[in-house]
Amino acid sequence: MEGVMSHGNDLNLKATELRLGLPGTDESTSKNNKRTANELVKNSELLNGKSDAKARDGETVPASKSQIVGWPPVRSFRKNVVQPKKTEAETGNFVKVSMDGAPYLRKIDLKIYKGYQELLKALENMFKLTIGEYSEREGYKGSEYAPAYEDKDGDLMLVGDVPWDMFMSTCKRLRIMKGSEATGLGSGV
Amino acid sequence: MAYSFPEEVLEYVFAFLSSHKDRNAVSLVCKSWYEIERWCRRRIFIGNCYAVSPQIVIRRFPEVRAVKIKGKPHFADFNLVPEGWGAYVYPWISAMVRSYPWLEEIKLKRMVVTDESLELLSKSFKNFKVLVLSSCEGFTTDGLASIAANCRNLRELDLRECEVEDLSGHWLSHFPDNFTSLVSLNMSCLGSEVSFSALERLVSRCPNLRTLRLNRAVPVEKLPNLLRRAPQLVEFGTGAYSAENQTDIFSNLVEAFSGCKHLKSLSGFWDVDPAYLPAMYYACTGITSLNLSNATVQSPDLVELIIQCPNLKCLWVLDYIEDAGLKALPSYCKDLQELRVFPSDPYGAEPNVSLTEQGLVTVSAGCPKLQSVLYFCRQMSNAALITIARNRPNLIRFRLCIIDPQAPDYLTLEPLDTGFGAIVEHCKELLRLSMSGLLTDRVFEYIGTHAKKLEMLSIAFAGDSDLGLHNVLSGCESLRKLEIMDCPFGDKALLANAAKLETMRSLWMSSCSVRRCPSSNVEVMDERGHPDSRPETCPVEKLYIYRTVAGPRVDKPNFVWTMDEDAVLRLS
Repeated sequence: MEGVMSHGNDLNLKATELRLGLPGTDESTSKNNKRTANELVKNSELLNGKSDAKARDGETVPASKSQIVGWPPVRSFRKNVVQPKKTEAETGNFVKVSMDGAPYLRKIDLKIYKGYQELLKALENMFKLTIGEYSEREGYKGSEYAPAYEDKDGDLMLVGDVPWDMFMSTCKRLRIMKGSEATGLGSGV
Repeated sequence: MAYSFPEEVLEYVFAFLSSHKDRNAVSLVCKSWYEIERWCRRRIFIGNCYAVSPQIVIRRFPEVRAVKIKGKPHFADFNLVPEGWGAYVYPWISAMVRSYPWLEEIKLKRMVVTDESLELLSKSFKNFKVLVLSSCEGFTTDGLASIAANCRNLRELDLRECEVEDLSGHWLSHFPDNFTSLVSLNMSCLGSEVSFSALERLVSRCPNLRTLRLNRAVPVEKLPNLLRRAPQLVEFGTGAYSAENQTDIFSNLVEAFSGCKHLKSLSGFWDVDPAYLPAMYYACTGITSLNLSNATVQSPDLVELIIQCPNLKCLWVLDYIEDAGLKALPSYCKDLQELRVFPSDPYGAEPNVSLTEQGLVTVSAGCPKLQSVLYFCRQMSNAALITIARNRPNLIRFRLCIIDPQAPDYLTLEPLDTGFGAIVEHCKELLRLSMSGLLTDRVFEYIGTHAKKLEMLSIAFAGDSDLGLHNVLSGCESLRKLEIMDCPFGDKALLANAAKLETMRSLWMSSCSVRRCPSSNVEVMDERGHPDSRPETCPVEKLYIYRTVAGPRVDKPNFVWTMDEDAVLRLS
């Protein structure tokens, strides 16, 4: 949230710290009877008889933004606004980009790039680094950094192996790795 | 008293009283006024269909021509009332068919309406004129076909936000060729395509048509055909506002819209192609109401349209308008009275648009007539709320939804108690309030102290203890409807204020800590089984308390229990 981040020039790591409290509450000041989002969802689910099912599936409820019945108070016909009747022709395809060693991530819209060249150039500009030439045999060997991505199956893949369109639809997030660490990545094996 | 007015004179005088409250007050003056009034009352309003039975109503008011009935509690809109709970209109219609053969008008909200009900009403009321179904469900397009086919004098068919089982668009073709009385048609909630030629012919032969709200299936290229045939339209809702072929669509639209010199209200706008928006500009000078809540258009095009409407009084829009767009309103739409900003991505983990509390603050500062607000956003501060309250003490409806439950003041990380406190303190005429964000018992102290005209209050994830609820029930003198979800309120406040509950239309509490129910007009909804089947310490799922003269419901589903006096005694 913008407000929490605007504390002078320091990075306010506490704001991005992973914990189970609700945003804005401190461990020390939260009252015992204030429920965390986790508890709120669990409570609702208990009452709706759904908690057993969740436990069986082994799914854990994420700490924020799980759906609580009746919240936010939006009518059903208003719920799917963000996915219009047409295909996602107009919406962007934003993915997170992390760089090893950098304190925070960036986000880019893959749709605005026409191919790998443009994407890599943009990454170079955004992170002030050089990525170098891609070769099928050796990846980005010799470059300072190598771009990798996490695909639909959760596997870490080297950017550039598959056709651009396939990459666009399977890429879930990008990770810029230090060249030395990237040597083990083959092409899709 | 040696003399009194003849009945006819009193009846004549009473006819000038249109407000239900006034009519009710008049009937309490004395027995003879009660008698005269009940014979000449033509319009009745029933705020809770279970508060009274059709038989009681008919016995008291024998000559009714127009009925308005509300069914499910408001939280049913957000899926909090289980399927099959009730609010069936059929018993009302079958009773009225026998006793009100000249009934002209039925308006229903949040009721279950079946095709059977619609068919019965269409065949029984010979002079039937107005059917308005708001947030209703349970019927199909076959029911609409009966209405179209049989109601020869129909003036209004208005389906607002209903859930209709859409079997086909054929229902519209059931309006007979000699049917010409239509004044208002709202089919915006329907999915299927109707026969366009049937629609065109219908529009052509109804010279008094002033409201036409199409459904999404009517493409933009068909609009000029309709608008040319109905230049007298005052309220118009488009269908999908985009087209595949470019051709002459734009110029046809411009021509058609500029021919409509009486348009005051626009809606629809699904699937908007921004290129077609300027076609409407000629029609915008008279526009007082603009519903863009379906329009997934980004800010520059959105704002361009809105600022063409200098007489705008009511604006419904998605949060694509952003703070920047809202800033334009004071300069271009100074007469704005009602603003509703809906979330485009309510379940998204992160904000997808730049809409914050600032947008609302600027509108509150620059639009002096603003009185009704519904605003979804992701951050709020006490400072902003205090500013809004000071800017706009004339607010009568203030509904704020901060999407993250229990979100604190984003600047200070404190609860938003003082902010909402300022709202109730400054806005002395406030009738309706919905709150969100991090709130403690403190805010309820402010509400109980200041919100004396408040009639409806909606609370979620707020408060610390029963004291909060107690302050509301004991302090809010005008409170009629209270709806609460996920608050740590239990039995104490309810028991201490049991008498207050009888002055209210209803109280809804879900996911709270209520274990025992205070009085006899209480419904407990629990899909896990009878409340007695669980340990005493286990809270009930949902509680709905309402006053009634009709006794316990006869149409309860198996997950609803009404607590009787004996049960209360047994539990304690």
